[in-house]
Amino acid sequence: MPITHPNLHLNRLDGAIPAWLGEISPDDLLPICQNVSDGGGRLLALWGSDVRDQGNGFALHVSLVNEAGLICLSMALDTAQPVYPDISRIFPAVARMQRAAYDLLGIYAQESQDHRKWIRHGAWHGFPLRKDFVNHQTHPHPNLPPMPSHQSSPASGRGGEREMQSSIPEGEGTMARSPAENVDQPLDAYPFVRVEGQGVHEIPVGPIHAGIIEPGHFRFSVVGERVLRLEERLGYTHKGIEKRFESLTLQQGARLAGRVSGDSTVAYAWAYAMAAESIAAVTPPERALWLRALLLERERIANHLGDLGDLGNDVALSFGFAQFWILKEQVLRNNAALFGHRYLMDKIVPGGVAVDLTAFGKSTLRDECTMLEREVRVLRGIYEEHAGVQDRFIATGRVEPKLAAQLGLCGLAGRASAQAWDARVQFACAPYDRLDVRMATYRNGDVAARAIVRFDELFESLRLQREIMDRLVHGDAATEMLEKLPGNGFGVGMVEGWRGEVLVAIHTDATGRFARVHPHDPSWQNWPVLEHAIMGNIVPDFPLINKSFNLSYSGQDL
Amino acid sequence: MENTNLALGMLFQLFQSLLVVLLAPLLMGWVSQCRAWLQNRSGPGLLQPYRMLRKLFLKDAVIAFNASPLFRVTPYILFGCMWLAAAIIPIIAVDLPFSPAADVIALVGVFALARVFIALAAMDIGTAFGSLGARREMLVSFLAEPALLMVLFTASLISHSTQLPSIVGALAHREFVLYPSLAFAALAFVIVLLAENARIPVDNPNTHLELTMIHEAMILEYSARHLALIEWAVSLKLFAYISLGIALFIPHGIADVGKWDALPLSIAALLAKLVMAGAGLALLETLLAKVRIFRAPEFLGTAFLLAVLGLLIHILLGA
Repeated sequence: MPITHPNLHLNRLDGAIPAWLGEISPDDLLPICQNVSDGGGRLLALWGSDVRDQGNGFALHVSLVNEAGLICLSMALDTAQPVYPDISRIFPAVARMQRAAYDLLGIYAQESQDHRKWIRHGAWHGFPLRKDFVNHQTHPHPNLPPMPSHQSSPASGRGGEREMQSSIPEGEGTMARSPAENVDQPLDAYPFVRVEGQGVHEIPVGPIHAGIIEPGHFRFSVVGERVLRLEERLGYTHKGIEKRFESLTLQQGARLAGRVSGDSTVAYAWAYAMAAESIAAVTPPERALWLRALLLERERIANHLGDLGDLGNDVALSFGFAQFWILKEQVLRNNAALFGHRYLMDKIVPGGVAVDLTAFGKSTLRDECTMLEREVRVLRGIYEEHAGVQDRFIATGRVEPKLAAQLGLCGLAGRASAQAWDARVQFACAPYDRLDVRMATYRNGDVAARAIVRFDELFESLRLQREIMDRLVHGDAATEMLEKLPGNGFGVGMVEGWRGEVLVAIHTDATGRFARVHPHDPSWQNWPVLEHAIMGNIVPDFPLINKSFNLSYSGQDL
Repeated sequence: MENTNLALGMLFQLFQSLLVVLLAPLLMGWVSQCRAWLQNRSGPGLLQPYRMLRKLFLKDAVIAFNASPLFRVTPYILFGCMWLAAAIIPIIAVDLPFSPAADVIALVGVFALARVFIALAAMDIGTAFGSLGARREMLVSFLAEPALLMVLFTASLISHSTQLPSIVGALAHREFVLYPSLAFAALAFVIVLLAENARIPVDNPNTHLELTMIHEAMILEYSARHLALIEWAVSLKLFAYISLGIALFIPHGIADVGKWDALPLSIAALLAKLVMAGAGLALLETLLAKVRIFRAPEFLGTAFLLAVLGLLIHILLGA
């Protein structure tokens, strides 16, 4: 048992990673979270679901993780007043997840201090993830804010928005006591926290940037060049992924999961497959698992190469940028030649993998490994000996280990601040349980440390790639594809992507179709830490610090 | 005879003025091309700046609602200042008719005038980036300007004049000797050139990161013909600075006004020097990373120190 609590009964879930599911009452949430936090555990994800069609009102799901594994807690919330205790005092990272859960589902954390919109930029009325949501986008009257009725046609929610047009919205009332009176605020009236004082001024940046990057708004409060405070506003790439999942089949869902955040497509596809296989209690053939690990490491290699180049570019060392991107391009081209897609999309499917590796492929990848090891070693030497680069990297954007632990910094950035979590090590699923992954951790927590972690992980991934090819077992790469899931199931998958742990949770309804799919990106945890990393640094260092985290917008805006 | 000389001089002046305006983008293209080669890239080609100018001139300008006339006229002032500067500096021939119009101090003043206008225009729109860029530009330039003056004074002391034609004439027609004072001044000049032309390590002309920009931040709101003029002025400024460096430190081969036969050699020498200077600039930019903005004062302080050292060496050692 990962934790013990008198009111908690945990059931071990099937699947590749150690995970438990427990039903609790909302009143027990705080003590259990405190218990996990005291034991050094972290919060991974929080999401809600609408289970009124099963007569249970709403449900809140929280994923916690400690050394033993993943603890998934579910609790039923009242239909009329779907509230739960605020846990952001224990896990600060959860604050934005709680705000997003309100925007999407209308469930909210009691006593929470921050009721501002997170994902909803005034683009819709009501709560999209409720099964009876009517898409008011198609309404001719912009000033029509009727809340959807909670009682209307519970079974028809699955079909998506369009077939719901006929349902007549009843009067609102159940949400009258909701914390947010600002439901119908104008689009841009987002109350940023203001810093007052002599000489303080604000620099608004984005969501449109001078370069081609994802959209996000950054509000700097500065004195001269020094940053007093940064506040992020994200949500510009909200695409309704979670809602879309509910109308997809298992196979279609695999494609969508691979597109939650394009740079982590392998991690998402694997986590999704892992969750589905957990519900169906099937284990893919061993060769498929080895190939999955190969693809995941290749994704890590490509992204780390790209990031190291970008870090060079951000300090105007375009030499480093060009060299690393030549190497990354080589990896991507090999991906395209051997697996049919540069970024390896749709190669991992529930039940196995959709690719295989030939003897020719093995020799190509071995050559590539040798070339990369040689080149990256030289480039690492240049980065580490270049006075200009080191001057910009060292002590910039520092996140102390203590702060990192407090805020739940995870993944690559966490390991650079002494947060020794790596799902490939602690919760090694096959084939990682036979690979003995060496975790890279540093204590400095600055840009330099995040660069070094990338270098170390890059070499480790190259080593793993070789070892995987040496030990790749013969056999089928995929058995019969997983076609359908059992009814009323819950499964969860967690994969250490290059950025951090990616989690996908799947709930199925009575017929085995998706009731709720929640993909969780490590960026949820790390975006708030970026606000702390920049404090006390100067404005022109922000792009460098931001790049050293390289967080996903799409993955967390969903 | 006087009239013929003047007419010839005007012809030379006209020729040089046209030459710099037409060649300046090519120099930019050359620097970019060298940088691309040094980074293992194939590069967009030497003519890319001309294509860029053509594209920009063909576009419709977008101007902020709250832009004042200052914002609109600044590109023309900027272009005019840089063209004037490039016309004053003896590039293909000494003793051009325009040269007496301004000595080295006035030349620094012409650059300063352009800077004041671009900084004002940047703040005119009222965006955060414009003010940010203007503020940083002023920080860099108020440190670069004295260093530049010190460099010019060193050369003036050697030739006993602040008139550029006299300086260049004096230096060009001597036996080739090494002046330690000029060597220090040349180092200082290179640093000032990098800073004043928004090059690495002080600024990055190719960046897309708006928070790190200095020069680019000031011109973010410009588009179409205005942007084209500014880009052209930027290339003229780089051309003027490099030409000034050539005139001060390696003027050998420059023609005297009116001597047609010396002109081909003068132009050939100029082109060869520009090719080498452009390649050298690209090499420097490839090797260096951008310094943190608060290290820029140290960097420019070094320039000032070197220039003063040059001056002292001349005064104390007479070398």
